[in-house]
Amino acid sequence: MTTATSAAPIPSFDDDAGGRKLCIICSKGSLDMAYPGLVLANAALGEGVETHMFFTFWGFDIINRKTMGHLQFSPVGNPATHMPTALMGLPGMQSFATHMMRKQIEGIDVPEVPEFLELITDAGGHLWACRMSADMMHLTKDDLYERVEDIISASDFIELSEGAQTIFV
Amino acid sequence: MTLATMNGQDVHVDDEGFLTEYDEWDHELAKTLAANIGIELTDAHMNVLEFLRADYKEQGETATLRRVTTMGGTPTKELFRLFPKKPAKKMAYIAGLPKPVGCV
Repeated sequence: MTTATSAAPIPSFDDDAGGRKLCIICSKGSLDMAYPGLVLANAALGEGVETHMFFTFWGFDIINRKTMGHLQFSPVGNPATHMPTALMGLPGMQSFATHMMRKQIEGIDVPEVPEFLELITDAGGHLWACRMSADMMHLTKDDLYERVEDIISASDFIELSEGAQTIFV
Repeated sequence: MTLATMNGQDVHVDDEGFLTEYDEWDHELAKTLAANIGIELTDAHMNVLEFLRADYKEQGETATLRRVTTMGGTPTKELFRLFPKKPAKKMAYIAGLPKPVGCV
């Protein structure tokens, strides 16, 4: 139904987003667990929300230069594949599943991990690495994606996330 | 849907004020829409809007930010500079298109 009024409404884009702030903890480094954090961070930035990503433990694979471009998807013990469990552990199954997932991701025009991180930081997102994970894995800032701002401690992260909504992936 | 007057012409808009009829948009209307949300249009803005319009006509849906970057050739940083804070929605509003529905 069309109703007549004189002035068109103007959308409220609420530029301040109420000072909203989002922290996403990325603790897993498999292909399927990397994307939720990346997609949410990118969406939040597109909504004007201050966004920080904190990479810890296996999440380091997402920002480790050596691994970030080669994350794997393991179908073992994953009921979401809807395939017989006994088959999933067969040789070659992981690389096949990874290949399939990469193709699906590419098919919907979603970028690979390194390009996604570039997109997020171009949009104003902040990337942080966990001190304890770096120490455990004997990694320094030079081993990490160049746009990671710093390696910070757990207490630093608690300070950083003050007043933020925090999502653990 | 509401019929409203903008720049002395009748246009159809949704509850939020987004234009709903593709063909009712023109450059003058774009200037008014931009001014409504505090943006003064430059050639750089117009390039992006023209891409969005053309892409919508072909694809039938509003391009996401990433698509504007990869297919339209405007870098992400530039989009955030031209349409601060919420570029995807602001671009769509000024281009007279629906909000993009894609996630990335």
